[in-house]
Amino acid sequence: MIENSNHMACAAFQAQLADLIGSGVSIAGNPHIQSCENCRALLADLETIAEAARCLFPLAEPPDALWEQIESAIEHGRTAPGRG
Amino acid sequence: MPKSTPSARFPDRPTPGKASASSERSTPVVSVTDGQADILARAQAGDHHAFAQLYSIHKRRVYSLCLRIVGNIAEAEDLTQEAFLQFHRKIETFRGESALSTWLHRLAINVVFMHLRKKGLQLTSLDEMMAPDVAQRPHSSFGAPDPILSGTIDRLELQRAIDDLPAGYRLIFVLYDIEGYEHNEIAKMLHCSIGNSKSQLHKARLKLRDALRIHSKKEARR
Repeated sequence: MIENSNHMACAAFQAQLADLIGSGVSIAGNPHIQSCENCRALLADLETIAEAARCLFPLAEPPDALWEQIESAIEHGRTAPGRG
Repeated sequence: MPKSTPSARFPDRPTPGKASASSERSTPVVSVTDGQADILARAQAGDHHAFAQLYSIHKRRVYSLCLRIVGNIAEAEDLTQEAFLQFHRKIETFRGESALSTWLHRLAINVVFMHLRKKGLQLTSLDEMMAPDVAQRPHSSFGAPDPILSGTIDRLELQRAIDDLPAGYRLIFVLYDIEGYEHNEIAKMLHCSIGNSKSQLHKARLKLRDALRIHSKKEARR
């Protein structure tokens, strides 16, 4: 019975989670999060994933030939991408 | 999930734009010139050398954005080319209401978005496109604590999981989590609702978590 009630609280919290993300509201201050280890773990995982992803994509350099293609396309009045 | 300031979280990104007043990531915009007023003015007057300079200044950010979203080098090159061609065509219309980098970045996002739409992406129906494993069980995290990731992430596996995301999820994940745009900005750029943006981001993250957990469990069994 208690377990069911916990699951319902998790369900209610997780249903709101998408809305809470980026809302500016502190999710860490949510009463359910403070009492539910499972949902805390979920949040920690989601945040860890976001942080790790940020480090995964450094700025990349386009090939030099790309400028030549752009120059050529400008010269010929092309607007659509054309490789080679 | 408290967020740090934009400058701390995204030190090398251009200012995305105005954020909502309530947002913790809001960034006061906008300086007009990025310190490139003279170059811009010359490019607007048709100076090809000045346009080449602008390309040189902005090429990495635009190319990286395209690459992050589509995950394919050839496509990213084509999209970067198209973005700069549009930039060249529209440069005279830039009036400085936002930073040039912000304007160009948004133009590039629009190019990528239109490209994805041509390939069949429909943000309004992303829920239907969603894989059943996530879509059918939004409450999959209930039950016993299962903190499999425990703060450590296999970078290769995360890269693979991001590569496997449906295009729409990846688009919003990259724009929000990596590029630092707010949901209201994403909604405006992609012509979808703020709720849709939030929902897609959440589902993208859950999908990544599922993929990483599956991988983690497999590794544990070895």
